[in-house]
Amino acid sequence: MSLKLFELLLKASLYTIGISLISILIGFAIAILLSGAMLSGRKFFSAPAQIFISFFRGVPLLVQLLLIYNLLPVIGINVPSIVAAIVGLSLCTAAYQAENLRGGFASVPRGLIESAEMVGFTPGQAFRRIKVPIALRLTFPALVNEAILILKASSLVSVVGIVELTRMAQDLAGSTFLPLEIFASAGLIYLVINLVVARAGGLIERSLPGIPR
Amino acid sequence: MSLPAIAVKNLVKQFGETTVLHGIDLDIPQGKVSCLIGPSGSGKSTLLRCMAFLEEATRGTITIDGEVLGFSESAQGVRERLPAATNRAIRSRIGMVFQQFNLWPHMTALGNVSEALKTVHKMSRKDAEDLAMAQLVKVGLESRAGHYPAQLSGGQQQRVAIARALALKPKIMLFDEPTSSLDPELTGEVLNVMRDLAAEGMTMVVVSHEIGFAATVGQQISFLDQGKLLFTGAPSDVFRKPRNPRLEQFLDTYLDRGASMLV
Repeated sequence: MSLKLFELLLKASLYTIGISLISILIGFAIAILLSGAMLSGRKFFSAPAQIFISFFRGVPLLVQLLLIYNLLPVIGINVPSIVAAIVGLSLCTAAYQAENLRGGFASVPRGLIESAEMVGFTPGQAFRRIKVPIALRLTFPALVNEAILILKASSLVSVVGIVELTRMAQDLAGSTFLPLEIFASAGLIYLVINLVVARAGGLIERSLPGIPR
Repeated sequence: MSLPAIAVKNLVKQFGETTVLHGIDLDIPQGKVSCLIGPSGSGKSTLLRCMAFLEEATRGTITIDGEVLGFSESAQGVRERLPAATNRAIRSRIGMVFQQFNLWPHMTALGNVSEALKTVHKMSRKDAEDLAMAQLVKVGLESRAGHYPAQLSGGQQQRVAIARALALKPKIMLFDEPTSSLDPELTGEVLNVMRDLAAEGMTMVVVSHEIGFAATVGQQISFLDQGKLLFTGAPSDVFRKPRNPRLEQFLDTYLDRGASMLV
C-alpha cells in the first residue's frame, strides 16, 4: 500500500475529526438546555425535552441521518450534506449528553448545597459556585466516553454523502483491490484518534481541582 | 432572664404520615452549650435541622434572638413563609457543622473558608483569604490551607468545616453529630476545637453521641426519645440522678460501654 493512499485516508480523517468535534460541542450546548428543562420541574419544559431525548436515543443514528437528509428538503430547507450530517450527529449526542448532565446534577450531594445555604449563598450563587462545577466534574468522564462514541459513529454520515474516513476507505478498497491493508489502516487511524482523546480526557480530569493525584 | 438564643415553640415535623417531632418546646440559652441527646431516630438531628431551617417544620415556630425564622405562625395556626432574603439574614447568625462535613470538594481548605466571604460578603480576595487563614490558624490547620478535602483526614475536614462556619462570625453554632463519621482516634481533635469555642462563650447546640462531651462541656442537656422532649436540665441532673426511666435506660447503654469514667 502506497504512502499516497495513506495520505488520502488521513485527509478523510480530518472530516471525521472535524464533524465529530463540531457535533460534540453543539450537542453539549443543546444538552445544557435539555438537562435544564428536565431539571426545571415544570412539565411545560421537561415533557418536550423528554420526548426529544426518547426519540434521539431510541432511533438508530443511521435512520436519523437518513430522515434528516431526506426530510429537510421536503419542508423546503435545502442544506449541504455536511450540514445534515452535523445536525444529525449533534442532535443524537445532545440526547445522550443531556442524560449525562442530568445525572451529574442529580448526583451533587444535597449536603454540599445545604452547607452553601448555611453560609448565606442565594440559590443562584450556590448553583454557580458549587453545583455547576461539581456536576461538570462528575459528568466529565461520561463526556469523554461520548466523544469517543461519536468519533466512531461519525462513520455513519457517509450515508448522506460525506467522504470521511470510513467512506474513503471503502472507496479506496474498491478501486485498489487492497481491502485488508486499507481497512487495517483506517482502523489504526480511528484507534490513534481515540487514544489521543482518551489520554487528553484523562489528563484534563486529573487537572480538575480536588481530585487527588 | 435574657432572650433565648433560639426559642423552639410547639414544633411538629412530619415526613409524610410519619411524625418525627411531636410538639417540641425548648429554649436554647445565650452563651451556653446545649446538648441534644437521645437514641437513633429520636428526632434530635431533625430538631437541629429545623432550627437552621434546613427542614421546614410542619407546625410551630423557631425564633432566633427574638426573630422568627422560616415560617411565621398566627394564633389561629396560619403559617406564612417569610421572604427568602429575610430568612437568609436571620440565618446568617447561625453557623452549622454537619456530620458529613459537607466541604466543597473542588476548593482547597482556604477556598472553602474564604468562599462565602467573597461570594456573599463581597470581600476582596486578599481580605477574605487573610480572614480565612486566621480561622484555619484557630483550628490548627494553617499548614493544610492549600489542601483539597480529599487530601485531608476526616478530623481535619471537620475542623475546616468549623473554620468555614466561624469565618462568618455567627452568634450561634449548631453541630449535627460532628464526630459520628470520624474514626475514634480523630474525634478528640474536633472535640478540642469545640471545647475551645465553648470556653469563648459561644452559644452552641450540639447533637452528639459523645456523652462524655455532653457531660463535661454541656451546660444544658435535652433528652429526646421518639420525637418527644422527655427531659431538659443541667448535666448534674441528667447524669447523676436520671429520674426518667427512658433516660436512665439510654444512659445505661453508655455506662455499659465503659463511658462511666467520663461522667
